[in-house]
Amino acid sequence: MEDVCAKFVSQKVSKARWRPPPAAALRPPDCFATGSWDNEDNRISIWSVGDLGSVGLNGEYQGEPQLLCDIRHNGDVMDMQFLDQERIVVASSTGDVTIFRHHQNNQTLSANQRWEKAHYHVDRGAACGGAACTGVICNNPEIVTVGEDGRINFFRADQKDAVRTIDNADSSTLHAVTFLRTTEILTVNSIGQLKIWDLRQQRNEPSQIFSLTGDRVPLHCVDRHPNQQHIVATGGQDGVLSIWDIRQGTMPVSLLNAHEAESKYLDLKIKMLLSLWSCSVFLPSLFLV
Amino acid sequence: MEEPDAEPPLMVVPGVDSAARQLCFEWGPAEMLVCETLFGGRGGCRRAPPRASPGKPRFLAGAGEGRPSSSSVFVVRKDQDVYVQTLRKLFNESHGIFVGLQRSEEELAGKSRKAHLVQVSKNYRSVIRACMEDMHQAAVSARDPALHSQYSTQVSILSAMELIWNLCEILFVEAAVAGPLLIRLLDWVRLHVCDVNNMVREVLSSENPSKHELFWNVVDVFVLQGRMDEARHLLSKEASANPASLTMCRVLDDLMKKMPVPSLGNMQTLTELELKWQHWHEECQRYLQDGTFASNSHMESICKVLLGDENAILEKKELLTTWYHFLVTRLLYCHPTVKPMELRFYAQSSMDLFLGGESSAEPLDIILMAAFEFEIHQVIKECSIALSNWWFVAHLTDLLDHCKLLQSHNLYFGSNMREFLLLEYASGLFSHHSLWQLGVDYFDHCPEYGRVYLELHIERIPLNTEQKALKVLRICEQRQMHEQVRSICKIMAMKALRNNRLGSALSWSIRAKDAAFATLISDRFLKDYCEKGCFSDLDLIDNLGPSMLLSDRLTFLGKYREFHRLYGEKRFSEAAKLLLMLMTAHIAPCSFWMTLLTDALPLLEQKEIIFSAEQTYELMRCLEDLTAGKSDKQKLQDDDVETMKVEMLRLALARNLARVIVKEGTLEGS
Repeated sequence: MEDVCAKFVSQKVSKARWRPPPAAALRPPDCFATGSWDNEDNRISIWSVGDLGSVGLNGEYQGEPQLLCDIRHNGDVMDMQFLDQERIVVASSTGDVTIFRHHQNNQTLSANQRWEKAHYHVDRGAACGGAACTGVICNNPEIVTVGEDGRINFFRADQKDAVRTIDNADSSTLHAVTFLRTTEILTVNSIGQLKIWDLRQQRNEPSQIFSLTGDRVPLHCVDRHPNQQHIVATGGQDGVLSIWDIRQGTMPVSLLNAHEAESKYLDLKIKMLLSLWSCSVFLPSLFLV
Repeated sequence: MEEPDAEPPLMVVPGVDSAARQLCFEWGPAEMLVCETLFGGRGGCRRAPPRASPGKPRFLAGAGEGRPSSSSVFVVRKDQDVYVQTLRKLFNESHGIFVGLQRSEEELAGKSRKAHLVQVSKNYRSVIRACMEDMHQAAVSARDPALHSQYSTQVSILSAMELIWNLCEILFVEAAVAGPLLIRLLDWVRLHVCDVNNMVREVLSSENPSKHELFWNVVDVFVLQGRMDEARHLLSKEASANPASLTMCRVLDDLMKKMPVPSLGNMQTLTELELKWQHWHEECQRYLQDGTFASNSHMESICKVLLGDENAILEKKELLTTWYHFLVTRLLYCHPTVKPMELRFYAQSSMDLFLGGESSAEPLDIILMAAFEFEIHQVIKECSIALSNWWFVAHLTDLLDHCKLLQSHNLYFGSNMREFLLLEYASGLFSHHSLWQLGVDYFDHCPEYGRVYLELHIERIPLNTEQKALKVLRICEQRQMHEQVRSICKIMAMKALRNNRLGSALSWSIRAKDAAFATLISDRFLKDYCEKGCFSDLDLIDNLGPSMLLSDRLTFLGKYREFHRLYGEKRFSEAAKLLLMLMTAHIAPCSFWMTLLTDALPLLEQKEIIFSAEQTYELMRCLEDLTAGKSDKQKLQDDDVETMKVEMLRLALARNLARVIVKEGTLEGS
């Protein structure tokens, strides 16, 4: 692998997200956000990747990423998603969900909106009553979050209160969530189950439950095939990537053992790349945490 | 116990009333907890703030006088460095080098091994330098003067560390022999004596260097550092600018050109070098005595320096700036074939001559002197005292240990020095909220006590999210630390239980294979069921799978839920069989039998016969066992509902028995 550029940032980065390019743009994104964890002082940072002028022959970037701006974040950053070009939704280990706005004219970040203790254990008012919010997914302007309290929250940007909350959606921790369709979401939990929730229905029950047989391995992340809505991939704690076909059966279609990790403390988190150029093949890529 | 080497420094804890002189403390892994223990009067009372109006100050509850008692616990940390943002790069990158060194150990031998170790040493040094750069940038851009001075101090500490490390690399790791030793020492001096660099730059960049007032200073600097080519270059400028001194410049230039220096390759033996050097020395002597340079004092003093005249060299003290520069210059012009073991004599005398009794030796000087004397243990000891952080000594000692230079000098608490220092350093890392992950690798490479230390430390990492807990668990599982896995899972399970997340708690206790806890949680589930009449967390109980077998109570829970499911699906005969099995196989706890029998009621009352005669007899036996088990007192205490339940059961069982005897006795189709 040539042309790998590494920059030391003095913080443990838990999530990194490319900013979505404007709709009509042809060039790849030039800006990404990172969130840190396990620090006393966690930060959300926005970085820009080189100047446009120094794009190499194959469109690769040259030069180190430059820090544009950053802002303090309360608690570990558990998950992040860009809501639109300027706003980014961040899930915190304190249970807060915050929308930050990136002001591009003066390169600053500010907290735009916050839902405090969106996820909480028994007593919301208690000082440490918050439960970590583990996953967030957006479909502008809707935001869905899941957390260690087994709760699913539905927010709308610019609305103060949650639009809908499903309490006790899961008896164990929900690790990740993704949109299957605009009216359906998919969650994975720590006992190895996938649940599909139909948002049009008012009852607080999943419409379908899938699970792996045998050991109940916690599933850490989930994503959908960019073009085929019924194909879903999940990453498990044992490093196994499972591909599921939602239409048929409750079992995964195939299992790939994706881990040959050298370093001792890597959990493999697998996320599908939305590859615009090659629609028929999806590329699982490894994000090392 | 040993005597302390230095007076322990006094530190005042801000916020603590030192006049009160009542403190208690407790040691932690890398810090100390301190709190005041002097409380006012009986049970402590507070004096209310004095009011504006005159009057006696009021006392709140309690009698006697008192002062406001402090209710704070102070955390006193010795090691501030671990928290400096810019030093994180140092810790992280050196961690990578350390791990790489441990792993590559086995393959190499002989010369390539030495080269490899020298490379590792250079890597460490480049990391220190990079960190210095960053710190310098931070110092320059810091607006707060306190911060600026803090960063500047850090820069000077880092530069001192690199100086010491470089010397250790030359003397210990590379173990340069006579000849190359001098070259290395010259490089070392050139790299580290940088106070003169500004002056050099200034002169070189001026239009007419030879007319610059500091011109001769710069030439002196070049000569003192053995940079002959650059000195000759400047001399040629002087020659062209000042034709009168042309002959002198030429002679000096010639002398400089001919000066014999040790070479790095083995192209000449030491004796050859010594002979050549002797000839050259005599030639310089002749020129000086002939008075060739008499008219130009600068060039005369340069010639004297070339001859190794100590006084002449000492005159240039400001340009030398340090005694070790003086030492190396002296060696260059007096004893270029110096052997490593002879260094100590020259070092001692150089320091004495240079400092001349005016100033006492600083810690840095002591460390360097110890290095020149090849007292490795002394070097490490002095560094440990002088530096506030174990980083430097831990990594240096590890490297020297790989060079097989440290005798296995067993300390009286069992491990050797390398291991002791690594353990201390890694323990310091564990007290940091983020750098603990690095500490794990260090413990892994401490053969004797590393594992024990790791076991103790890893249990004490604060786990505020499940993600962090999973990371820690992975570390434990990879090292087969089963006790710790169980302990951490128990902690997480307790937390979940306290937050009323029964499903999570059960999940954690299954992972820990903790049967007792699983039993506890199953009891909670069953209790909830009895109170609410329905199960919570069905998605969990329905999907227990093989982990159901972890504990009897858990198995019962799973099977009981299965019974309800079968009933819901109207598969009555299977449900009945299951229900009976739960009681006869003693999977169900006795306290639950009444509930189970009550569940059997609707099955008994069904139109079609579900229970066979055998099964009915079994049920009856269970009921009798249950009621017989109760003492008379309990029977009196039973309220009407209980007795009615028993009676209804008896009636239903009898009726069922009657029907089933008839049915089983009837021949089919007859």
